[in-house]
Amino acid sequence: MAETAGAVKVAEAADTPEVVFVERSRLVEGVRAYGLIATMWLRSTMAYRASFAMTAFGNFAVTAFDFVAILLMFQHVDALGGYTLPEIALLYGASGTAFGLADLVMGSMDRLGRRVRDGTLDTLLVRPVPVLAQVAADRFALRRMGRITQGVLVLGYALVTLDIGWTPLKVAMLPLMLLSGAAIFAAVFVAGAAFQFVAQDASEVQNSFTYGGNTLLQYPPSIFAKDLVRGVTFVVPLAFVNWLPALYVLGRDYPLGLPDWVAFLPPVVAGLCWLLAGLAWRSGLRAYRSTGS
Amino acid sequence: MRLYAVVAAGGFRRYATYRTATAAGVFTNTVFGFIMAYTYVALWDERPQLGGYDMPQALTYVWLGQALLMTCAMMGGGFEDELIERIRTGDVAVDLYRPVDLQLWWLAGDLGRATFHLLGRGIVPMLLGSLAFDLALPASPGVWLAFLVSVALGVVVSFAIRYLVALSAFWLLDGAGVSQMTALAGMFFSGMLLPLTLFPGVLGDVARVLPWSSLLQVPADVLLGKSTGWGLVEAYAFQGGWALTLLLVGRLVQSVATRRVVVQGG
Repeated sequence: MAETAGAVKVAEAADTPEVVFVERSRLVEGVRAYGLIATMWLRSTMAYRASFAMTAFGNFAVTAFDFVAILLMFQHVDALGGYTLPEIALLYGASGTAFGLADLVMGSMDRLGRRVRDGTLDTLLVRPVPVLAQVAADRFALRRMGRITQGVLVLGYALVTLDIGWTPLKVAMLPLMLLSGAAIFAAVFVAGAAFQFVAQDASEVQNSFTYGGNTLLQYPPSIFAKDLVRGVTFVVPLAFVNWLPALYVLGRDYPLGLPDWVAFLPPVVAGLCWLLAGLAWRSGLRAYRSTGS
Repeated sequence: MRLYAVVAAGGFRRYATYRTATAAGVFTNTVFGFIMAYTYVALWDERPQLGGYDMPQALTYVWLGQALLMTCAMMGGGFEDELIERIRTGDVAVDLYRPVDLQLWWLAGDLGRATFHLLGRGIVPMLLGSLAFDLALPASPGVWLAFLVSVALGVVVSFAIRYLVALSAFWLLDGAGVSQMTALAGMFFSGMLLPLTLFPGVLGDVARVLPWSSLLQVPADVLLGKSTGWGLVEAYAFQGGWALTLLLVGRLVQSVATRRVVVQGG
């Protein structure tokens, strides 16, 4: 509803300066609302401090155990799919950090299906605040910092132990990889939520692309079947989160015989993902019919 | 007894209602199954016979993990969130003066849930896995039967752990922290990430005697034909022992906790 009203306003006053004002204020309003809702949830979580400490640690540990499993594997082998432990740690840390950032900001998107089912989404629609910001900030969970911390630690371990011939481009590649990667994962969160407008109780499908994607990217592409690698390069472009940029840093061959310059594409891919996810979100919201409850 | 059968059937039907969710869950289990299977292939390519398993056995272990993840609620899930909520709001007081045993009531419901998840979310990923990879599934119906008994015992152990988790809400009011810690322990010590036979030294020894190994490692070894004859009796005794111990501890904690309910006044 709010979306449609905004669109009508834009159409009516196509080129007055007021329109620019309306559009910009919507974005600002969205970010502001996100901040307010997130702060509210932050206070609410802090009411149970013991539980917060435990869940934050749990969030740290849940991903740490993934890395412990890799460490246990390397008790028995020297290389997995031709990659050494520090090399895998770089892939793991990059993906984990990027995913952690996306999860912190957008991780609540997978609750959309529940909101559609129980009708609480309606409440969000009548508020003069972008729905996306409200859904994303819902139950904002600072404990998700645990996941980021863990990713950064493993990334740090990789950078210390790896012997990389650093060039300015390779150095620049690190922040570029983390931010674009987070943006790509965030777009997957939004697209997954848009899908839940249609399939209301299928949040697990979304999980297999987000959490599953993150697990997949923790390992080198060389161990997976070609078709799977093709799928996460060209269909759901997760390969741009860490595989391609990290393999550039490591000076390794890319999978599928891709050319050198693809390692620099993550920001472009992230932009495209956001465009598509935004379109999906809009059409999902337009198609939404309340349950009436 | 009939009452609990009805409760179990209710638990089954309750989860059977969510068809899209079940299909979505099957999809997720299959995706994770594929990812893990490829990592195991890479690992066993380097070290055949690692942990006492050959490649088909290791791959069977992966898909079994996906099939039992929800059945044995390795990462939690099912009744405990609901019970925690009832404890937090004080609704549990109503449950306590019903003429049924609180623990058996929730156990019956959880057995129904587990049965549904075994059928709904276990079989299809296993079939898909067996199409894509060479698995070591037993041909003898006896082994499958022995496996099912082991899974049932695993579900009871899982329930007993989660019941204790739920009861902690009497003291903590918010169960999220304890639930998450238990989910972590469940995932790691059940052998979900890696078979416990690959855990080195003391860590491996400890992991194998903790109750969580009943949820995946023990049933997997039964299916893979590692526990036969006396070994099978030992496996059942291990699972049954933990099930009984934890259920009894649950009763004890419950009786202490119910006195607290009165204090809290609902």
